[in-house]
Amino acid sequence: MIRSELIQKIADDNPHLYQRDVERIVNTVFEEITGTMAQGNRVELRGFGAFSVKKRDARVGRNPRTGETVHVLEKHVPFFKTGKLLRDRLNGK
Amino acid sequence: MSDKTLTRMDLSEAVFREVGLSRNESAQLVESMLEHMSDALVKGEQVKISSFGTFSVRDKSARIGRNPKTGEEVPIQPRRVLTFRPSHLMKEKVADGNRK
Repeated sequence: MIRSELIQKIADDNPHLYQRDVERIVNTVFEEITGTMAQGNRVELRGFGAFSVKKRDARVGRNPRTGETVHVLEKHVPFFKTGKLLRDRLNGK
Repeated sequence: MSDKTLTRMDLSEAVFREVGLSRNESAQLVESMLEHMSDALVKGEQVKISSFGTFSVRDKSARIGRNPKTGEEVPIQPRRVLTFRPSHLMKEKVADGNRK
């Protein structure tokens, strides 16, 4: 399923809404989630899962091609943990 | 780091502000989005949201696990797990936003 298919499904469920409004709704939700993580905060959607930000410490890496050492700065990465309900549903429970 | 956790309620509030729908209907739309995504994943489909990320279902085979507290061996049944791979754009935004 891709973004446009998700939008279509919601549009089909809600014939009273304009397609372009459904697009705005779907885009708003994804933008809100990304924006929240960009501020270092968590998004918790019970039953579905939780988006959070994890810190990766600075480290000394190595260029695998040249063997040269490089300093990799500390950084923050997005992380998703599946909710219990969805995890159970994936396993037919 | 986290001072505020966003929930369904905040997402429906954002939808409410963006489109002139009732709070109630906004909440239902957020819920229906999550349901459609979950249903696709349960069917084994990938959910690929451009500039956000990709959710995919992976099959894990059975293995012998160990209770880390007691050291006891326990069989772990084959199972399906969900993984999320953030898009480059999301990674960039999260890295930039949290840089000191």
